[in-house]
Amino acid sequence: MTTTTTKVIPEPKLEPMKPGPGDGEVYTETVVWAAPQAYVNDAPYQIAIITLDAGGRLTARIDGERVAIGDRVVFADFRNGVPFFRKA
Amino acid sequence: MRPVAVVGIGKTPFGAFPDRDLRLLAVEAGQKCLEDAGAQPEQVEAFYLGNFAGPEFVGQNHLAPYIASAMDIRGVPATRFEAACASSGSAFFHAVSAVGAGLYDVVLVTGVEKMSSQATPKVAEILAGAGDCCGEVKAGATFPALFAMIARRHMAQYGTTREQLAAVAVKNHANGAKNPYAHMRKVITIEQALNGKPVSEPLTVYDCSLVSDGAASVLIAPLERAGEFAKKPARVLGIAQTSDYVALDLKPDITTFSAVREAAQKAYKMAGVTANDIEFAEVHDCFTIAEIIATEDLGFVEKGQGGPYAAGGCTALNGSRPVNTSGGLKSKGHPVGATGVAQICDVVLQLRGEAGERQIKRHSLGLAQNLGGSGATAVVTVLTAA
Repeated sequence: MTTTTTKVIPEPKLEPMKPGPGDGEVYTETVVWAAPQAYVNDAPYQIAIITLDAGGRLTARIDGERVAIGDRVVFADFRNGVPFFRKA
Repeated sequence: MRPVAVVGIGKTPFGAFPDRDLRLLAVEAGQKCLEDAGAQPEQVEAFYLGNFAGPEFVGQNHLAPYIASAMDIRGVPATRFEAACASSGSAFFHAVSAVGAGLYDVVLVTGVEKMSSQATPKVAEILAGAGDCCGEVKAGATFPALFAMIARRHMAQYGTTREQLAAVAVKNHANGAKNPYAHMRKVITIEQALNGKPVSEPLTVYDCSLVSDGAASVLIAPLERAGEFAKKPARVLGIAQTSDYVALDLKPDITTFSAVREAAQKAYKMAGVTANDIEFAEVHDCFTIAEIIATEDLGFVEKGQGGPYAAGGCTALNGSRPVNTSGGLKSKGHPVGATGVAQICDVVLQLRGEAGERQIKRHSLGLAQNLGGSGATAVVTVLTAA
């Protein structure tokens, strides 16, 4: 019997990131006012796409002070599987 | 591929219709389309349906035969296509491919969405299902948020301004005010657009398309049989569908939709035309920034020049290349699954010279660009008066 190897192109990162994605830079951001049902109580909140120092990008929530494109950010923690970053 | 023509079009008005359900809307568009073509339901050899989220919005699945049988179209293949906001563009692409290949002669394509029965946060959640639910959506991104992040980046890279975004909304509302089928027939000012309630910064309500109910249909047939139908045919000169990552954060450059660029190049090649030849276009302005980027990706202007192009009046009804003469998704409305086919209807109206108050002078070569999600599906169609 032969075995086959299946290669899956990841969309997005399927591997759990431990201990964390590391730090990075804000590629783009927005403050969400009209939130989806699950996050209505959080609004307004900021999300950003972060270019990671380790390579690649991810979409994360911003904790605390608002950030702008080009700002350095540090990884804070995962909350319910969502990565949170803070302004460096 | 043998030449294919659009031989009939039909639309419901777009709007919020509490008393009309999804099936009723789809049937109305289909029947208007058959009537326009002078065709009967028994002539239809296949039914292609575009619908994004009927199951989530209204709880109904198995939609294609559900709608086809209500139109008295029986026994033929009836299939639903889902590609987010490009659902009916994709249905149209596959229907044209099948007729072009000789599989069928007469095919009805309908797009429909019934959205207004859900509250805004629920609508945002259902629409977000077209994004990457393991990443961006989990982090709290809505579709306005994804396009807001695209806008921020476009502004940072190319100097695009809030005023240029607002110019798209003002122009599309001016056009939509002239369209009896439009959802919001209201002229707005730059000041209003700039001072709208924030949705996702920097986008305000005036940068976002509408949550609408509505349906649109087209009947297609081989060009050689177009003479059998009542109206002047419109030939599908070129068409392409392409795909890309669903997750926005996987795209190397979010200020351009590579799927749109590729679809446009393929459609132009098939049609034997260039971007410069296109006289008018219906583009996917789900958000004002999306129209600006569409004009760049379709090759109407250089990368980064979409902002000044929009603000300079070139895309207005009396401009050098009118864009969204229907009012676009912004003013005409955006019943997600209906949009792709509705764009084809609006291009055909112009080609026929039947666009009434918003009829433009040069109307022999038009284009429709339908975008799914934040660019994971793109359909570009070039149409000409046959």
